[in-house]
Amino acid sequence: MRGRDILAAVLLALALWQAAVTLTGAPHFILPSPLRVMQAAWASRVLIAQNAWVTGIEVLLGLILGTALGAATAIGLALSKRAERLMLPLLVFSQAVPVFALAPLLTLWFGYGMGSKIVMTVLIIFFPVTSAFHDGLRRAAPGYHDLAATMGASRWRFMRHIAIPQALPALGSGLRLAAVYAPIGAVIGEWVGASRGLGYLMLLANGRAKIDLMFAALIVLACLTVALHLAVGKLADRLSRYAHGD
Amino acid sequence: MTPPPGITLAGDYALGGAPLFSADLHLRAGEWTCLLGRSGTGKTTILRLLLGLPTGGHFAGQIAATDGASLQNRVSYMAQSDLLLPWLNVLDNVCIGARLRGTPPDRARAAELLRRVGLSGAAHHMPRQLSGGMRQRAALARTLCEDRPVVLLDEPFSALDAGTRADMQDLAAQALAGRTVLLVTHDPAEAARLAHQIVLLSPQGTAVWPTPPQSPPRAIDAPDTIASQSRLLAHLRCAA
Repeated sequence: MRGRDILAAVLLALALWQAAVTLTGAPHFILPSPLRVMQAAWASRVLIAQNAWVTGIEVLLGLILGTALGAATAIGLALSKRAERLMLPLLVFSQAVPVFALAPLLTLWFGYGMGSKIVMTVLIIFFPVTSAFHDGLRRAAPGYHDLAATMGASRWRFMRHIAIPQALPALGSGLRLAAVYAPIGAVIGEWVGASRGLGYLMLLANGRAKIDLMFAALIVLACLTVALHLAVGKLADRLSRYAHGD
Repeated sequence: MTPPPGITLAGDYALGGAPLFSADLHLRAGEWTCLLGRSGTGKTTILRLLLGLPTGGHFAGQIAATDGASLQNRVSYMAQSDLLLPWLNVLDNVCIGARLRGTPPDRARAAELLRRVGLSGAAHHMPRQLSGGMRQRAALARTLCEDRPVVLLDEPFSALDAGTRADMQDLAAQALAGRTVLLVTHDPAEAARLAHQIVLLSPQGTAVWPTPPQSPPRAIDAPDTIASQSRLLAHLRCAA
């Protein structure tokens, strides 16, 4: 995507939005115009920034912790056949429980603060990261196994020097998915119970019929998600380039 | 490096209950043995048995070194695929064995081996920057870096173009001289050039084939080499 294309797409979206407002004649508390949203965003810029900061931190910490936990689990599973046999069905089964349904419970356990949102984010990205990285670790070319075995490598050193580096592109794919899911986790957490964050702000604005503020918060959230997606995409590319020796 | 032992592999191998081959193979100490046979006769399986790698079948028999000691940690291996790690430069690839054993790599020695295989200028290149021939030379340097008395080669030159292959054969013959080498190949020309001893593997078993009188590596165009190669090829064709 080039900058010019992105700008054109944004302008097109704004034009469609304005057209919808003009054509339907919807009142501003149902569908505010882009200009009205921008005015609301500017008027509440400090409030939005404070709440965006909170959500941003939740997403980032959740992403880092979830990735670390997911990667460690994947390595553990790949190192131990027994762990793989016991844990893998459990992991797959855990995906049958909708994480959203756990949100009230997490708020009860970890409180109204950031803790419960971070845990929610970790839970939602844990599986994609673990499963993508684990697949990558298992797919090490058989020739490498033979070479390492004749060189007297331990299982762990094979993992460290061969399996992990060659599975980095797979970890990158898991991270790309995680970057999309992570903000969802944080916002769901905020909806269920919070006193700060963009999800909280959207709910608050909605409740007070400040739909323009709600739209502003939503747009900021979308921008955060896109920025995260781009940054993680760059990281995933780097991992891929490293593994391929570019 | 300890003195190279001779190796005996004798016994029957079965895959899923069906017998695949019965072998009586003697690798002479410090010499090149070329194992020839058509695809699917079990050449690579023999090599994997000697390496102690899983084969998916069952071997009933014995594998022993003439000095009575275990073969473990005395055998190194080079495959058709160079198996260079794409994320490490050539020098680090040559030292990978030390890393995998958790010992400090001897980079000076690795650099010297790279010089010996004619790759000193490429020590800090990444594998993908190298041609197929250069990659196999790097793999040879890695094999030499292990400094094991027994070296098993599984068609390491078969993916190279004819000219590069002949160069690699010369280089390998020179670099691995004095070690006990088993070269698995399906190329009669390669066997006629490099072998002290040629062994044919077929479902009927192993058979020693006469080698030309000169010592290897033999000239490609020497009449004895060409004659031996032609006879081998004719035999392999009618054995089918």
